[in-house]
Amino acid sequence: MNKKIIFEIKGMYRDDFRVTGYEFGSGDKSVCIVGNSRGNEVQQIYCCSQLIKKMKQLEEEGRIKKNRKILIIPSINPYSVNIQKRFWSTDNTDINRMFPGYDKGETTQRIADAVFREIMDYQYGIQFTSFYNPGDFVPHVRYMKEGFTTSEEAKKFGMKYIVERSVRPYDTATLNYNWQVWDTTAFSLYTNATEKISNKGAGQAVIAVMNFLANSGIIKYSAIEEKKPRIIDDTELISVRTEKSGFFEPLVKAGEKVEAGTPLANILNPYEATILETLYAPVDGTIFFIHNAPLTYASTAVIKILGDD
Amino acid sequence: MVEVIASVGLPIDEELMIKKNRIMPVCKDAGGMKRISIVTGIHGDELEGQYVCYELQRRIAKDSDKLAGIVDIYPAMNPLGIDSITRGIPAFDLDMNRLFPGNIEGNMTEYLAAGIMEDVAGSDCVLDIHASNIYLTEIPQIRINEMHEKILVPLAEKSNVDFIWVHGASTVLESTFAHSLNTIGTPVLVVEMGVGMRLTKTYGDQLIDGIFNLMKELGIWTGEVAEVRKPMISRNPDDVSYLNASASGLFVPEVSHGARLAAGDLVGRIVDPLCGRVLDEVKAPRAGMLFTIREYPIVDEGSLMGRILNEEVCNYE
Repeated sequence: MNKKIIFEIKGMYRDDFRVTGYEFGSGDKSVCIVGNSRGNEVQQIYCCSQLIKKMKQLEEEGRIKKNRKILIIPSINPYSVNIQKRFWSTDNTDINRMFPGYDKGETTQRIADAVFREIMDYQYGIQFTSFYNPGDFVPHVRYMKEGFTTSEEAKKFGMKYIVERSVRPYDTATLNYNWQVWDTTAFSLYTNATEKISNKGAGQAVIAVMNFLANSGIIKYSAIEEKKPRIIDDTELISVRTEKSGFFEPLVKAGEKVEAGTPLANILNPYEATILETLYAPVDGTIFFIHNAPLTYASTAVIKILGDD
Repeated sequence: MVEVIASVGLPIDEELMIKKNRIMPVCKDAGGMKRISIVTGIHGDELEGQYVCYELQRRIAKDSDKLAGIVDIYPAMNPLGIDSITRGIPAFDLDMNRLFPGNIEGNMTEYLAAGIMEDVAGSDCVLDIHASNIYLTEIPQIRINEMHEKILVPLAEKSNVDFIWVHGASTVLESTFAHSLNTIGTPVLVVEMGVGMRLTKTYGDQLIDGIFNLMKELGIWTGEVAEVRKPMISRNPDDVSYLNASASGLFVPEVSHGARLAAGDLVGRIVDPLCGRVLDEVKAPRAGMLFTIREYPIVDEGSLMGRILNEEVCNYE
């Protein structure tokens, strides 16, 4: 293992800002794994820490194949994590909207540039990421339909669900998008948590990455094969929206199978506890995403259902 | 007449409402009248447009018989942000100016954006007034995407700003309010002036003279208007030099905003208050006008401290 500092900025009154990477194996730049870019993505760092522990073991056991290098960067934004702020500590910009970066630009552009220069040549890129709305996901792997990353490659994770999504204008400054522009096959891995640690979710993430590495010929490991992964276009997910705002009382969990008509959640009057609205499953399917904050706004997609085949 | 153009219930005993005030000639049919829309407050920490909304109405009311068209005032597109000194939409931590054109079937923020689009669309001219941010002060300027240059530059030239900056197209900017409306044929001028969280009354008064001039051109105002200034226009990215901090520290400016600089002139210093050292002397890389200057004095390595417009496009008199 080679622990190295990828980028550093001198702090004025804070300790210096550092992006630290962990290299395993040597030779061809095979896969790069990136943890958090936002200050609330704690699970994403935790997943990387579990992977680093596992890679140390694999390296000691000689199970990283010859001429294969793995780089893991647990955090490209430790400053924001340490002050529990989602975006950059001073100007509130989002590093994951700054790629490919600019070395003569503003601070977050420079961070993005330095990180991207280090990781742009890898064959595969995996980012642990989060959704902008608070909620629990069924673990899955996502990629953007840019024509470079394919579902065949995504199947190597051995995950039950693969989500394809179309590129939106704001995506063009994300790490995932820019990786693909520079010929890296890129994926985003969603576990079931963001601001809290989920051991189970992290374990699933470690196994998914191990499967991917084994199926890509990077490590020696008995990969689990998912016989029938479900490949979904993100527009297939059926949103269940609130009409009212108030307390959110979930009645189901992510991953649960539901039949059409099943009550999914109640929206409660916050002063009188009366039910303002009950949300029902519009189709038979699986709860793919469910809001997990105590309050909800009106006109909000609090649940996404994956309809049965 | 004050109207609510979009609203949504918040969880605890509150309604989020986006309001506009329509001013038009009394006893006349609105059909066929030209319409100008004054939009501000998409970023909750940018307040320069607030004064413009007030003062414009005050001056119209003083000579209301000269009004021949519709003036729609939208002072607070992001009311929760303005109330809580927050640039984005509080709770969502989203930049409202990356949500357009919105989606009437979408989540709360997209729904509001779609409601705004629907109401403003069809205006003969829209001014989307911004105030830089809390870090930088800007001279009154209008920024234009090169895709819409032909329609917008002639309007911008009548707006009494000092500078028109025509910039390259960027995919990320396709989700802005201005781009979304310009794309469907409603011309939007993006004004940047002053600094976040503050008012610069002189800039507001300057822009209001420009708005009256625009209104006169559009047939919305029949009264006298002040002569407007001839703006500097930049179309070439190389016209602008950026001053980014080489070190983290305290930026102490040595020149004022708008200064005419020679190559090598001292713009300011980055200093270290802990050890009493100068970390860097910030010098003008070439001659020109300092049209942006750092207002918030703490800088990180990379922070923008100023922008200089090349002397050749400055039209010095």
